[in-house]
Amino acid sequence: MQWTINGQVREAEVDFRTSLLDLLREQFQLSGTKKGCNQGACGACTVLVDGERINACLALAVQYQGRTITTVEGLAENGTLHPVQAAFIEHDGFQCGYCTPGQLCSAVGMIGELERDHPSAVTADLAANGIEWNRDELRERMSGNLCRCGAYNGIADAIAAGLAKELGEELGEELDEELGEEIAR
Amino acid sequence: MNAFDYQQVADSEQAIEQAVRSRRAKYLGGGTNLVDLMRETVERPQALIDVTRLSRDIDETAEGGLIIGAAVTNSALAGDARVRSRYPVLARAILSGASAQIRNMATVGGNLLQRTRCAYFYDVAARCNKREPGAGCDALEGFHRYHAILGTSPSCIATHPSDMAVALAALDARIHLRGPEGERQLAITELHREPGERPDLETELQPEELIVAVELPPLPMAARSNYRKVRDRASYAFALVSVASMVELDGETIQDVRLALGGVGTKPWRALRVEAALRGQPATEATIAAAVDAELTEARPLPGNAFKVELARRTLIAELSRRIADARNGGEA
Repeated sequence: MQWTINGQVREAEVDFRTSLLDLLREQFQLSGTKKGCNQGACGACTVLVDGERINACLALAVQYQGRTITTVEGLAENGTLHPVQAAFIEHDGFQCGYCTPGQLCSAVGMIGELERDHPSAVTADLAANGIEWNRDELRERMSGNLCRCGAYNGIADAIAAGLAKELGEELGEELDEELGEEIAR
Repeated sequence: MNAFDYQQVADSEQAIEQAVRSRRAKYLGGGTNLVDLMRETVERPQALIDVTRLSRDIDETAEGGLIIGAAVTNSALAGDARVRSRYPVLARAILSGASAQIRNMATVGGNLLQRTRCAYFYDVAARCNKREPGAGCDALEGFHRYHAILGTSPSCIATHPSDMAVALAALDARIHLRGPEGERQLAITELHREPGERPDLETELQPEELIVAVELPPLPMAARSNYRKVRDRASYAFALVSVASMVELDGETIQDVRLALGGVGTKPWRALRVEAALRGQPATEATIAAAVDAELTEARPLPGNAFKVELARRTLIAELSRRIADARNGGEA
């Protein structure tokens, strides 16, 4: 079996029962991706497959043969942290750090969804072009990633800042203003 | 997890051939429910036939509806511009279910055939008639908050967990099936069974039969449809009560109405009694309240889920009132 993981073609022969999560951790020693609940409830195992976020614990490795997988180890480019990673440091987006790799991959996947104008459960007008971004959208879209330390405020701030950097200045100003107001309250 | 064979197939014909040839095979979609159940040994297939290479297309039908391939992901369906503008109830139902990660994995066919999240079904140490026919039901004397009040039997009170299927029930979706005997279609409301004495028999699917597509008929009033989900936390939780609704007015008369309920039924629950009591009637608070009661008198609550009768009543009344107000304005939902 063969996968492209963080830009490298990797091969292994594994039992069909092996999850993508166990493949990454046990076969390829990519232990950045965490095993939290192992039943799709916590999001600690979130990775990107062809740019889309999934729960690696519910994925059978065999089903993802030939696909392009990005883990937290593959987010930085040429030694430079992804803007979302840098923002997590700047905004204290963690306490114990166990959920962080999943939060990071999930946030990067979410930014892709925003760029594709994908709606969420709190999007007011589904038929409209362009999503109106706010804190509710961010929290709803990240609800698949739990943090048992409860570092959610820092996580949301970090993702908003990373998002602003990724999606451009205009959006950044809108988000920052709104965040500023919320923090002031 | 027990050992199994795995095979990916290119189309439904290959899938069925493979299923006929295999012993105790299961079709595998996104795996978000099946892999979890296999890990708990609730499901013990000897072979998995990966059907995620089946159609991922969403196409217009000659009648003006849409036909959705069984392997379309939940995310892709909810994000489709035609679904968002013509069937918002479906997009909203899907987006209110699970998490973004799971919606990216889960398929339309798999969503319809997912199993209940009843904790006693999941716990192989508990008694469950669905998992082991005749074993008894520990849910009846257990924690009922997430269990059904409609369509229950002395054998089973498990809810059907899908939000998407509730929207499809309201939309009168047609399920396209293919099996060794050829192709056929079922109305979505005929796909799932009430538990009766055989809660292990959950659908009308025959052995090796496969969902290949879901068809949405054209339905102009669906453009003003909505899905409202009431749950224990704001996101990423199963429904306590959910309502899919749409209304067509002719002046002040309810010309047509579609309603389906989630979180309260042993199957995606089309509220036909409410619909029948409303069709052709004046759009007044009194008619709405009486119509809603016509359905909920059928409820058989237990101590832990008796609150759902009132919650369903209020949610239905609130949603119907909103749909009627929207129809009066003739505008968007």
